[in-house]
Amino acid sequence: MTLELRNLHKHFTGVPALDGVSLTMRRGEFLALLGPSGSGKTTLLRSIAGLEFLDSGEILIGGRNMEMVPAQARGIGFVFQTYALFRHMTVAENIAFGLAVRPRAQRPNRAEIHRRVREMLDLMGIGDLTKRFPAQISGGQRQRVALARALAIEPHLLLLDEPFGALDAQVRKELRVWLRGLHNRLGLTSIFVTHDQAEALEMADRVAVLRAGRIEQIDVPATLYADPANAFVHEFLGEAQHFACVVADGTAVFDESGLSPLPTSLPAGPAIAVIRPHELALCPGPGPAVVESVHQTGPLSRIAVRLHGRVIEVLQPVADPVPSVGSQCCLDLGSARLYAT
Amino acid sequence: MRHSPTEEPRVVQVALIGITMLLFSAFLLLPLVVVFSQALVHGVGAAWDSLQDPDAIAAIDLTGIVAAVTVPLNSVCGLAAAWCIARFEFTGRSLLITLIELPFSVSPVISGLVWVLLFGANGWCGPWFERHGIRIVFALPGLILATTFVTLPFVVRTLLPLMQSQGVDEEEAALTLGASGWQMFRRVTLPNIRWGLIYGVLLCNARAMGEFGAAAVVSGHVRGQTTTMPLFIEALFNDYDWVGAFTMAALLSLLALVTLAVKLLLERHMGLRGGALL
Repeated sequence: MTLELRNLHKHFTGVPALDGVSLTMRRGEFLALLGPSGSGKTTLLRSIAGLEFLDSGEILIGGRNMEMVPAQARGIGFVFQTYALFRHMTVAENIAFGLAVRPRAQRPNRAEIHRRVREMLDLMGIGDLTKRFPAQISGGQRQRVALARALAIEPHLLLLDEPFGALDAQVRKELRVWLRGLHNRLGLTSIFVTHDQAEALEMADRVAVLRAGRIEQIDVPATLYADPANAFVHEFLGEAQHFACVVADGTAVFDESGLSPLPTSLPAGPAIAVIRPHELALCPGPGPAVVESVHQTGPLSRIAVRLHGRVIEVLQPVADPVPSVGSQCCLDLGSARLYAT
Repeated sequence: MRHSPTEEPRVVQVALIGITMLLFSAFLLLPLVVVFSQALVHGVGAAWDSLQDPDAIAAIDLTGIVAAVTVPLNSVCGLAAAWCIARFEFTGRSLLITLIELPFSVSPVISGLVWVLLFGANGWCGPWFERHGIRIVFALPGLILATTFVTLPFVVRTLLPLMQSQGVDEEEAALTLGASGWQMFRRVTLPNIRWGLIYGVLLCNARAMGEFGAAAVVSGHVRGQTTTMPLFIEALFNDYDWVGAFTMAALLSLLALVTLAVKLLLERHMGLRGGALL
């Protein structure tokens, strides 16, 4: 189902948690909400589900305004970060819950509920856990049960709060691929919250980057990575180095000496240059930087250079010649992106 | 032989356990033995006869009625209060937590005296009720009020930490799955706290039946009318009716033993489920 958010505002005792959030999602989309902790991503998710009340703004699901619709009636599947499985119910009872609490007229009969639970269990590949209690299964299994429970009600929208947060790296990786596949197969419309940029970029159709309750940028992963709207997004989407500079007459002059000025179309004033480690290039010969260490493991060489007291990391293809430790070099910031500050 | 670094040598273990058992036997078991042996000193028949006394039956009935009113009242109110405090942030929340503890920190005599000051013949509201022919102090309503006040904290104090530690996630999950408020309470909240609730109710009941101080102040000590079991025991004791006093005491102790037994069963049950009681 489509989702439209219009100018959502919410405050927690003076601190804005959502500060004018608007976005539109098409049916079948997989959207990631990415941001540091405290950026409002979980609040946004909970607001869509009706678990938080908004100060102002509108939420439309399938074109229908949700203002007067309570959480129970929104038809949203919510997977909690802690999974929130009912600890006194078996896995099967957990999954059946959403169907069993329906009003008599809409409630499937016992056999039908049983069939649906079976179907969900098989879909999740946890058919042998039916009679177990949540405390008796592993983290990854709990997550699948939580997902099965949320999907059993055939939700219009699936919301996942840090779905892989509590899992170890190996399980995480497997579940990512599996979840994305499931989303496609079932034709779901899903939003998931994460603070892990790799996860967001890898899984989502589009990624919304949040900071302090505002969406800084919302775009497909490739665009987001290649063309960040500001220094915050640039930095949040992967390792990056900052170089303060001042723009005058179409040229950015760096505060740190020994770096070549860059041409720019930015208006005059202070600015910041952001560059990723693999975009930085070292040129040999006398310069402001001194090579601190060189690591040649993996597909890239990792070179740490010291520049005016700080250490800057440079990644370059392992085939390229590496400078010797202690030698001087200069830095080429030609690929840096400049943002006015 | 030591099994782990934190394990003490066998001699120390035996000594520690021995001392503990000795102390507990002396202070807890011995009084119980005395109560039962004194009750039965002239045989089961004499003890049984003392319970057939109309005043004794009236005392047992009265205690039953007081408990039957206060325990459900405090269970429902306690559950509601624990829910409010655990689930919502509101102004006066910490004040409420402190107030609920008040009956624990106030002497029961004062808990009784409050009602006399309020509803007694010279109290604030007493004359008004007197004119309308309603007796509160030195009658059943006074006993119920005083007992309710004294037993108020039991259910809340048992449930509050439990509900706070369990958090709100499961309830929110139930809501998103379409459960109504009542369904959420009935199917998720209540099952999660049921053992804690039963435990709190048991403690509340034990105290409601055993309360002496507050009841003594508001009772008026009319035998057969306003004398509860603990008060009746004292009255018999003062009359040198040992068998009667100790038989009634044994009956109250039995209640305590049943409470303990149920608590033990509950804890075992919860242990199996991996849940913590308090």
